[in-house]
Amino acid sequence: MLKRYVAKRLLVAIPSLLIASLIVFTLPRLIPGDAVQLMLSEKAYARDLAELRAKLGLDRPLYVQYVDWLGHVARGDLGESLWTRRPVLEEIGQRLPVTLTLAAFALTFALVIALPVGVLSAARQDTPADFVARSAAILGLSVPGFWLATLLIVLPAIWWGWRPVSEFVEFQADPAGYLRQMLLPALILGIAASAALMRLTRGMLLEVLRQDYVRTAWAKGLAERAIVLKHGLRNAIIPVVTLLGTQLPQIIGGTVVIETVFGLPGMSRFLFDAINQRDYPVIQGVNLLVVSTVVLVNLAVDALYAVLDPRIRY
Amino acid sequence: MARAKPALEHARSTVGIRWITTVGKFARRKPLGAMGAVIVGAMLVMAVFAERIAPYGYDDSIRGARMKAPSAAHWLGTDNLSRDMWSRIVYGARVSISVGFLTVTLAVLAAAAIGVSSAYFGGAWDLIVQRVVDAWLSFPYLIIILSVMAVLGPGLLNVVLSLALLLAATNSRVIRGATLTAMQQTYVEAARAMGCGHARIIVRHLLPNVTATIIILATIGLGAVILAESALSFLGFGVPPPHPSWGGMLSGSGRTYMLRAPWMAIWPGAAISLAVFGFNMLGDALRDVLDPRLRGS
Repeated sequence: MLKRYVAKRLLVAIPSLLIASLIVFTLPRLIPGDAVQLMLSEKAYARDLAELRAKLGLDRPLYVQYVDWLGHVARGDLGESLWTRRPVLEEIGQRLPVTLTLAAFALTFALVIALPVGVLSAARQDTPADFVARSAAILGLSVPGFWLATLLIVLPAIWWGWRPVSEFVEFQADPAGYLRQMLLPALILGIAASAALMRLTRGMLLEVLRQDYVRTAWAKGLAERAIVLKHGLRNAIIPVVTLLGTQLPQIIGGTVVIETVFGLPGMSRFLFDAINQRDYPVIQGVNLLVVSTVVLVNLAVDALYAVLDPRIRY
Repeated sequence: MARAKPALEHARSTVGIRWITTVGKFARRKPLGAMGAVIVGAMLVMAVFAERIAPYGYDDSIRGARMKAPSAAHWLGTDNLSRDMWSRIVYGARVSISVGFLTVTLAVLAAAAIGVSSAYFGGAWDLIVQRVVDAWLSFPYLIIILSVMAVLGPGLLNVVLSLALLLAATNSRVIRGATLTAMQQTYVEAARAMGCGHARIIVRHLLPNVTATIIILATIGLGAVILAESALSFLGFGVPPPHPSWGGMLSGSGRTYMLRAPWMAIWPGAAISLAVFGFNMLGDALRDVLDPRLRGS
């Protein structure tokens, strides 16, 4: 049943992915200014613009370019970067681990902060602890990540003379150092995501704790811990998992700013530079990869429901 | 006539008292929401009366006051171009508030048109619109806004347009849901049975019933828009200098001199956080009061 459900959802996702691919393809081409002009002005000598355009295939009608590009994408070829002349997939492959590590750490931080605080806030509803947790969550949603990053660099430098290492450490050179440099940026990304997760965990748990079976559990004399965690959280977790899936695009979006602030050579910074340089194949490739990942993660989240709640059958 | 005047005054004072009582009740029930309303009110005053509140112009260079720390003369210090930070923050409120209100108005109008029509007419129109919205929502918000901003170029109006485009897609989904719920009600069936046309059913029966949802979405959206505008300005895609935008003040010189003059980086960020905090608090409280079903959205 689950297989049939996943196949059905994949079929529904195909039109959305096709529309997304059309947006991905068209958007960079609407950017004023031409990549070819930009490339030639970088070089001192004059070249024939039309010749270069023809060489890059940019002189063909837009729909021909789109169909051609889609055909290549289907075969796993995202084209070549107009600037580095290297395959986009290879360029992405180099930078993807940085963004993925950052996103994975951020999601972990978000869960580690959100679940205990959300549970505590619901179990101690309307107490000072709940009030503080709720206000902190709204504050977490309100503080821009780039400001938090700036504060976490400036304040320790002023107070203790401590400055973060500005040079990027490669994983192969020093695995521990590589992971260490990700902690602070991931924490900043995780804080914003945790605020939304915490609010939902609290809200859903409060609703579940008012159910009859929870009252029965109290009447049976079960310990509070068992009631809240076993009877409450297990039933409140599904919308939280859904939100966790929808947080992924937010976190990936956030990496654009965080990678810029901390000088991390990730995929988002690569995309940001590509937008400034009008490097079409890179913009298309990165955007397509991100959108496909988001769609697949949401599908995986849906499939996860059955594992979390045995009542759900597809 | 002589009797009508006191009656009118009485009615006015009754309305006034009722209004004050409602506000008082709201403040007692939702103290955090009331705090948010005060912050939002202060931001609005700053934005509207910036010329009267700010001691200096936003681009006035003050002789001999380069990167001065906060003092009685310059409450929040001065920047690397000897400009008063407090004055720039006050004028910055104008940019944030303008972008916020313009974007939300545009987004809500578009979202209502898309959401209500999609739910009401259904069929192929609903299917196509929803697939486009699906595709649009799969993009991380900052990435899609950056791509749109790269197309449109920097500037206040373009920031508004790109943010409105994104917010409209998100909001249209919620409004569509609310409209579908309203369409199940018997009064819509009754209106249809009486022979009302599509326009009348939408304008007189459906729209008034999704207004609460629209108001809540608008208030919550304002905070998100101010935050997104600051991120865009931080990345250099916002309002071009010398116009002060809080996000823009944090990038460039704000970051270059952050260790020598930390106030240049601290205050603009504090202003963004406070404004967004205010809108979020107010939005949360309004949602709880007007439509508790939306809790968690």
